[in-house]
Amino acid sequence: MRKILILIVSLLVISLVAVACASQAPSPEKVVETVVVTVEVPAEQAPVQPQGYGTIANRVRERGKVVCGVHTELLGFGYLDENGRNIGFDVDLCRAVAAAMFGDPEAVELVPITAADRGPVLQTGEVDMVSRNMTWTSKRDAEWGNFTWITFYDGQGFLVHSDSGIKTLQDMDGASICVTTGTTTEKNLATTFADAGLSYEAVTFEETSAVYGAYEEGRCDVATSDKSQLAAVSAGFANPKDHVILDITISKEPLTPAVPSGDDQWFDIVKSVMWGLINAEEYGVTSSNIEEMKSSDNANIRTMLGEEGDWGYSVLGLEPDSLAKAVAAVGNYGELYNHYFGPNGIAFTLPRGLNSLWSEGGMIYAPPIK
Amino acid sequence: MNASNSPPTLAPPVAPGPLEWLRKNLFSNWFNAVLTLASLVFLYFTLVTILRWALFSADWQPVTYSPLLFLVGQYPRAQLWRPGLSLLIGTFLIGMSWGLWERYIKPFAIFFAILLTILAIFPLKTPTITLSIRAVFLASPVLIILGYRIGRLPAVKGKYVITMWLLAAIFITLVLLPGLGNIPALPKIATTSWGGLLITLLLAVGGITLSFPIGVLLALGRRSSLTVVKLFSIFFIETIRGVPLVTVLFMFSIILALFLPAGSRIDRIVRALLAMVFFSSAYTAENVRGGLQAVPPGQAEAAKALGLSNFQITTFIVLPQALRLVIPTIVGQFISLFKDTTLVVIVGINDLLGISNAVLNLKPQFVHLQMEVYLFVAVIFWIFSYFMSYTSRELEKSLGIGKR
Repeated sequence: MRKILILIVSLLVISLVAVACASQAPSPEKVVETVVVTVEVPAEQAPVQPQGYGTIANRVRERGKVVCGVHTELLGFGYLDENGRNIGFDVDLCRAVAAAMFGDPEAVELVPITAADRGPVLQTGEVDMVSRNMTWTSKRDAEWGNFTWITFYDGQGFLVHSDSGIKTLQDMDGASICVTTGTTTEKNLATTFADAGLSYEAVTFEETSAVYGAYEEGRCDVATSDKSQLAAVSAGFANPKDHVILDITISKEPLTPAVPSGDDQWFDIVKSVMWGLINAEEYGVTSSNIEEMKSSDNANIRTMLGEEGDWGYSVLGLEPDSLAKAVAAVGNYGELYNHYFGPNGIAFTLPRGLNSLWSEGGMIYAPPIK
Repeated sequence: MNASNSPPTLAPPVAPGPLEWLRKNLFSNWFNAVLTLASLVFLYFTLVTILRWALFSADWQPVTYSPLLFLVGQYPRAQLWRPGLSLLIGTFLIGMSWGLWERYIKPFAIFFAILLTILAIFPLKTPTITLSIRAVFLASPVLIILGYRIGRLPAVKGKYVITMWLLAAIFITLVLLPGLGNIPALPKIATTSWGGLLITLLLAVGGITLSFPIGVLLALGRRSSLTVVKLFSIFFIETIRGVPLVTVLFMFSIILALFLPAGSRIDRIVRALLAMVFFSSAYTAENVRGGLQAVPPGQAEAAKALGLSNFQITTFIVLPQALRLVIPTIVGQFISLFKDTTLVVIVGINDLLGISNAVLNLKPQFVHLQMEVYLFVAVIFWIFSYFMSYTSRELEKSLGIGKR
């Protein structure tokens, strides 16, 4: 008796469900057809945006934080202060993006990543953005993700003892050269010397600090690395004047923050922030005068700061004053540069050179914000 | 075995004087004398060179500039009371353990108390060590002694203290340090900002305590008569043992993420810990299996004859004897696990070694001072490893291993 009751009840439930599913179909046989139709419905709606548009950006918005892969061991670009806080040129670019997204430069989770990690964390989407002293190359662009905008032009150079008499590449024939192993630095060195038909003895180390320790102890005649790093290190030697960075540059190192592939909205957001910082310097908008600049006579400035017009923020899902917040948080490009590398920079002093604005003979150039 | 051959009435030898000892041990013949002198000369010059460097020409500023970085890495300075409280809990339990297992813990507890006292009163000229931090350091030795007093009370049993250690470890690693989202007093702190000795100890202690039971299970599994269990154990052990730890770490930190749905993240520390546990458990399993094989089959047979179940035979008869035999190898395995934690640097975790690379990049003046910083880190590792092996030696002695 009981079993029959259960059977009846379950049959009732099943038929109810079937009726619910097949709202238009009178008999259960046609349920199959209805299902097919419902599957087709979303396919008919052609997406306005390309697939994946906004996925990363929405994830970031939901989380309320930008997860950013950074360096913790590179003076000036990504390093720590004595209280363990992440600072540096690259790290502040993450903070600028966070400020643009949330108005709070501290809405970041900074993940220390290694050089070998940079590709995988982009490919897997573990981080929303990598800003870690990363050279933009065609291969990395093809394999890893989307490189946003060049924020620092670096190049590989040579550091020698002043009394060594080395001035040109030819002078280095047969010299021992300290270099980090497994990096593009090592490859560039080999290619350059092979092309010039010169020989050298490579003294390789895993850690960058070991390279300079060995160089200072005289275990090699020359140390090679990115010029920014050479400048940083030679400033810290016991007698900085005993060392010179040669004028030779043997590689192009355009350092660029990157984002994972697949979300053009997020890609555009990060690019806009970089452009905003550069444009702000062009227009003389600094973190200190930003409030006055909002009522500037220049319409371009007012647009950039969100006072009038739409520079594209509505499509990107940003606020009108997002770029203003980014600049207020970390300063414009020039302020940021000078904070770390300027004459009174907290890391070291490095003349701007290629990293001057295009209008001042450098390479720093960004599309207009309007 | 030869006890019957030696005359039982021999008087105990008189303890030799220092001169006699020297003559007997260092200058017994001309060859030994030359060796002794040569070693003395060598030792003298090495020590003098090292000491002269360490005291006069070395620049210890990177170490003294921000010692907290070495201890807790980037842990937010506003929340420092949490690692501080962890330290206090830890020191109290060390004190209790000292009271309870005086033989094993005493040197470590005393050393630790002295070290913390020195840290508390050392006149470092750095603003990063505040008075409250010094107070915590100063309170630690007091807690060690308090714990010692309590640990000596007859009511305190070993199992209570072990339970307290476990509860403390769970509380510290899962509640106190990472924080809970819904309690304002304990804001969440991402593990990406944990670092230094904190991470090294976390990985080592976590790795050791988790890999040991897994290793024992794998060892039993490998000797199991169930084919599936046996094959799985063999497959697991041999796969893990067939690859270097670096590979396992890379696999967990990079390849694992590729298999997960996009955007889902397993904490980096957890990934590294998993890799360490997997790696260590495979080796522990083989060590334990060696012990299991050394237990005579008669033991299990006798137990079976008494009517014990298989489970009882394994837990009460075979395993205790087997584990006792393999203590030296297991401790050796744990020491190497402790030192292997430095490999997490390659997956971007700032453990003690990783943070020392960060310290070297605090200022341009520090970059080329890696000798000082690495030596400092090496000494810390040596201290911990030494006390681990000391405890193991005492444990062996008290169990009479190697003397039966």
